[in-house]
Amino acid sequence: MTTEASALYDVPGPRALARHRLYGLLAALALAALIGWLVVQLFDTHQFTNEKWTAFQYRGIQELLLRGLANTLKAFGWTVLLALPFAALFAAGRLSEHALVRRISGAVVEFFRAMPLLVMIFFIFVALKADPLQALVAGLVLYNGSVLAEVLRAGVLAVPAGQREAGYALGMRKTQVMAYVLVPQANRAMLPSIISQLVVALKDTSLGFLITYEEFLHAGKLIATNLDYGLPFIPVVMVVAPVYIGLCLLLSWLARAVERRGRRSPKTRGGAPVAPAEAVTGLPPDAQG
Amino acid sequence: MKVLIDNWSTYWHGFLGTLALTGVSAGLALTVGVLVAAFRVSPVRPLRAFGTGWVTVLRNTPLTLLFFVVVLGLPRFGIVLPFFTFAVLALGCYTSAFVCEAFRSGINTVPAGQGEAARSLGLTFGQTLGLVVLPQAYRAVVAPLGSVMIALAKNTAIAGSFSVVELLGTYHTVNELGYSVIWAFVWIAAGYLLITLAISALFGVLERRAAVSR
Repeated sequence: MTTEASALYDVPGPRALARHRLYGLLAALALAALIGWLVVQLFDTHQFTNEKWTAFQYRGIQELLLRGLANTLKAFGWTVLLALPFAALFAAGRLSEHALVRRISGAVVEFFRAMPLLVMIFFIFVALKADPLQALVAGLVLYNGSVLAEVLRAGVLAVPAGQREAGYALGMRKTQVMAYVLVPQANRAMLPSIISQLVVALKDTSLGFLITYEEFLHAGKLIATNLDYGLPFIPVVMVVAPVYIGLCLLLSWLARAVERRGRRSPKTRGGAPVAPAEAVTGLPPDAQG
Repeated sequence: MKVLIDNWSTYWHGFLGTLALTGVSAGLALTVGVLVAAFRVSPVRPLRAFGTGWVTVLRNTPLTLLFFVVVLGLPRFGIVLPFFTFAVLALGCYTSAFVCEAFRSGINTVPAGQGEAARSLGLTFGQTLGLVVLPQAYRAVVAPLGSVMIALAKNTAIAGSFSVVELLGTYHTVNELGYSVIWAFVWIAAGYLLITLAISALFGVLERRAAVSR
């Protein structure tokens, strides 16, 4: 542990440090043993044989995987494109001054947030007989759009009330206050949450696999169940999983980068660094060591 | 209503399946999640690294992929279990990452001064943890834990596609008997709403009991 203070334990002294080092060594050994056992298992069940990996050398297989990935990204792209306007619409509805609009939007958003996403996708796919892409995207839009609507609403409500009042005092109309005063300020706070929700949407595109949408996982399954390549299931997982995890990590990283950027004060753009809020000593800046 | 009454036993079994899946997975997720959270706040670096890796990988893996790996992958290692157990493993491990983060952020909300005060009174590590830190962390953990559990209940729907008896899968049986598929889904939706509302009510009570006026 670094010297960072924690409620759980003191900054360790020499004896505690030695003990921690011992625990660390034991834990490292245990983890190494676990990983070693896994690797042995992989070799024992012949996962690294030539037969199981040749499949990935074929142009056709590579194209199959890439097409699957493209379909995954296509579903994701449509979801983003449609979910954001959906969210904006229903967030505006929930913030409306008309009780009826407010109540209807509230019911819609709460219902779709409470329903399992897969139930909606299956409903659209089976009962409404949509094709897989439509069913997947519609389900994703309804669910993620509803969650995003709540994010947007919370963001707008988090803007200090004085901003809204100042807008009205200047003679702006409702729409103007919303568009020129509240949303631009809320945007900074909301963007990281919006991107985090998009990570969820990206993960959930894999539900398309269950309704036979030909996305990335579906392509993987086609290869994994192919007898000609000796059922290369584990190799397929080793190819597919890192791509999914990598894409999600990339988006999460973007969310964190946007969050860091949003925390910078707009008043000091390119200027003096902002003092961290917790290190207030009450002394003038020069007097602080 | 007729669809529900005529297929009561199908729905009832599906409903119980979803409940069992949710309950057992929640148990596994809580156990593993607390353990990994302990790893992540421990002073031992390899354990922290393991905890971070566990959470990062599982939070960024689609649950469908995890099901795919567990249900179709483990048999390749000669591990053959009932589908229910496979589903519990996938759901439990996936949810444990979120449970871990709820606990970790809960522990982080306890000010360092609380621990320092406890130690300066001469409390041992166990006492500090059990009497001072955890009771305060509990308050901050209940609400996020409730959301995690509701998400878990909703995620059990995926298990139906991997040969586990649960609520969503009942539409298939009902549909094949020639009943209106729309009504079949209405009752499935009602079942899920019942479960999620019950969980949210339960955690609402827990939250109110844990709340203190500051």
